[in-house]
Amino acid sequence: MRFLTRTNSPSGERTNPGDRGSTGKSPPRQGWWSSGAPWIWLNAMAVGIGIAAVAGLLGLIATRGLAHFWPADVAVLQVDGGTTLIGELVDIEFTDPASFEQTGQPGSGQIERWLLKTGNRRVNGPDFRWVPAASVADRSFPSDVAVFERTEWGNAYGRISAVYENDALVATGPPAWDELRSRLERVTELRDEIAATQARTIDTVNYGLERLRLEKRRRVLRGVSEASDIEERERVLIATYEEAETRLRALSEAMRRDAVEIVIMDGRSIRQPLSDVMRVWRPNAMTVGGKLLHYVRSLAVFLTGDPREANTEGGIFPAIFGTVMMVLLMAVIVSPLGVMAAIYLREYARQGPLVRLLRIAVNNLAGVPSIVYGVFGLGFFVYLVGGTIDDLFFREAQPAPTFGTPGLIWASLTLALLTMPVVIVSTEEGLTRIPRAIRESSLALGATKAETLFRLVLPVASPSILTGIILAVARAAGEVAPLMLVGVVKLAPALPVDLNPPFIHLERKFMHLGFHIYDVGFQSPNVEAARPLVYATALLLIVIVIVLNLAAIMLRSRLEKRYRIAGT
Amino acid sequence: MPERNRQSWSPCDDRVVELVDAAGSAPEEHARERGAVREDTCLDVRELSVFYGDKQALRDISLTIPKNRVTAFIGPSGCGKSTLLRCFNRMNDLIDEVLMTGEISLNGENIHDPSVDVAQLRRLVGMVFQRPNPFPKSIYENVAYGLRLQRRMARSEIDDRVEWGLKSAALWDEVSDRLKDSALELSSGQQQRLVIARAIAVEPQVLLLDEPASALDPISTLKIEELIGRLKSDYTIVIVTHNMQQAARVSDYTAFLYLGEMIEHDDTDAIFTNPSEQQTEDYITGRYG
Repeated sequence: MRFLTRTNSPSGERTNPGDRGSTGKSPPRQGWWSSGAPWIWLNAMAVGIGIAAVAGLLGLIATRGLAHFWPADVAVLQVDGGTTLIGELVDIEFTDPASFEQTGQPGSGQIERWLLKTGNRRVNGPDFRWVPAASVADRSFPSDVAVFERTEWGNAYGRISAVYENDALVATGPPAWDELRSRLERVTELRDEIAATQARTIDTVNYGLERLRLEKRRRVLRGVSEASDIEERERVLIATYEEAETRLRALSEAMRRDAVEIVIMDGRSIRQPLSDVMRVWRPNAMTVGGKLLHYVRSLAVFLTGDPREANTEGGIFPAIFGTVMMVLLMAVIVSPLGVMAAIYLREYARQGPLVRLLRIAVNNLAGVPSIVYGVFGLGFFVYLVGGTIDDLFFREAQPAPTFGTPGLIWASLTLALLTMPVVIVSTEEGLTRIPRAIRESSLALGATKAETLFRLVLPVASPSILTGIILAVARAAGEVAPLMLVGVVKLAPALPVDLNPPFIHLERKFMHLGFHIYDVGFQSPNVEAARPLVYATALLLIVIVIVLNLAAIMLRSRLEKRYRIAGT
Repeated sequence: MPERNRQSWSPCDDRVVELVDAAGSAPEEHARERGAVREDTCLDVRELSVFYGDKQALRDISLTIPKNRVTAFIGPSGCGKSTLLRCFNRMNDLIDEVLMTGEISLNGENIHDPSVDVAQLRRLVGMVFQRPNPFPKSIYENVAYGLRLQRRMARSEIDDRVEWGLKSAALWDEVSDRLKDSALELSSGQQQRLVIARAIAVEPQVLLLDEPASALDPISTLKIEELIGRLKSDYTIVIVTHNMQQAARVSDYTAFLYLGEMIEHDDTDAIFTNPSEQQTEDYITGRYG
């Protein structure tokens, strides 16, 4: 196209005006302009900008998020004035001295400064500190510096000086490292056992006791005072509880046996009980393979673990679980509702002004701000429907609400309402695309309208229906604002699915990745430490949406192959 | 408009008397239907008028369609041929604002009787449309579609009847090794025969063909015409066609419709060699239409 334009248009004239002189032809650019080529370039540019933006977004989130789990080297910095700093080098920044002056540091021109994660909040104060590069006299990466990941107070950086058992010195110097590793393994085993006991026994007993309390109250409400059988069961549960409690106490005691002495950056020694240490590693001494292993383990903990330290440490499994469960529940609710509504609008309702008005209303529903749905969900689902359910079926638990409080089911219902227009619109589109001739042949074979619908129209329209569901899922997985009103919490005490009957607890509050991002990023006491987690969580949210969509898209392409309509 | 409603139709007994009279006493009065009355009657149309809103599409049509014969409807576009055809299996019910008066009976039973199950009627009166319109399913599923609607059948019975339907439609040899392939991969001629197979698999009594070959190439058309010739021993066939040669080739009886009125209905030979109406002659000699 462009080639043709070039040869036809007198662009040669412009570059070599002397050859032909002025032959009075139209200006050279006009041909190129009227050929439409600029328009094509403009369009291509728009596509390019779009692709670059999306790739940049994914790239940034992926690198920032994934880099967080890589065991960074720990630097030992000798700073002017004789202080030693130990920590991970997190960021390098060039800053204007004018603003730097306010911090009282001398300097001229652009000043380079390093962000060092020094950890050990309890002793050092803030986790992070800025160090002007000029003030660093010496930088080294000694192999004996260790990182302690702890259950409390964040990481600690320092050298291992000694290992103690019940305050008695066990090892010191280089052998202390191996000693520490083996003792830490024991502590990890004990910790796992405590967690298992907690989940298996204590939680179950607590759940059982609560149910018995409610049962007793139900009898009182019914006027039955006989409760000896309940008290008998209570006694059994309490006995189990006490047994487990004793065992837990013994385990905790055993965990507190060992301690490690760490020399931190200012030369002080701190004694750290191993019961609070999750992991220890010496990044400067690790090979690439070792770092990779560490990386995979960290990632696994992130994906499968529970959050710690106000969500800034540990894993985000409850949020993953909550998000997926909420979205799937939403899809299960919205699919039949949306499809049935579309079928009525397109197949059964008499097409007229009323149906047209309804259709416009449905389309506009998709544009209502999502927080409005949240308000509606809170007012209607939670307080009205949930409150009514409580009044009718859960009187024994009152005044504590059971369903009359934000929870998973209400979040799913609210989002189902929010995404219903999407499903309706794409289902209707699919129904419209099915040729009249095909429907008529089905009827001519003796099928009733319903048979035609179920055996022919719906299967053929199923790819469009799935498209609607895909869009709905994508929208629902990314929604945060309404969820804050109808069921999402910062930290849910229990998953909505567990081993206590009835196993699925739809009334429970849950965690959600989108809200987790907001919470970690803006509500956390340690924003700097949590920032990589924000990226990692965002990446995970994208991955989950993509996985859910891919599954649906694969299903759709199979259906499309099966029910390809003639001429499409 | 209650006077044009179904309740106002003449009682059956009267019509039987009329028929007997027509057949026995005064054949010359029914010159338009000379041939038709000599055969067993399959479809009987009495004073049928159809209105689309204010527009009258058919005016007082009366004719009988004999059993196991091919009857062709010819006439220029918009003359009501297809409308008449679609009355036989009540496909016009699907269109809003259609109003009918008169009576159609199949084997002596009024097809508009409230006790008639429309789905059942359509099983007895199969229909093939102008453009091949197989379902977007496999070849096998296309033919099995109508069967599955009727009752629960054993897998083997469905297999047998699909094979029988495809053989009857002279398609079996071409598709027997790819029954699971999509029907949309067939050529349009094959698709049209598949649609015929789909229609006859449910064993109807009547087959309505609405210009079944008009969208096909000459060879496919020939195959369809051969097929019609073979099927007429088992089915009563009504075919609408624009192609007068086709009507002459395949049909036993021909009805000529013009502007919603039936001008002439007779032996195909008689219509094409010695039409009794001037309009018919004008049309078949190509003077108009």
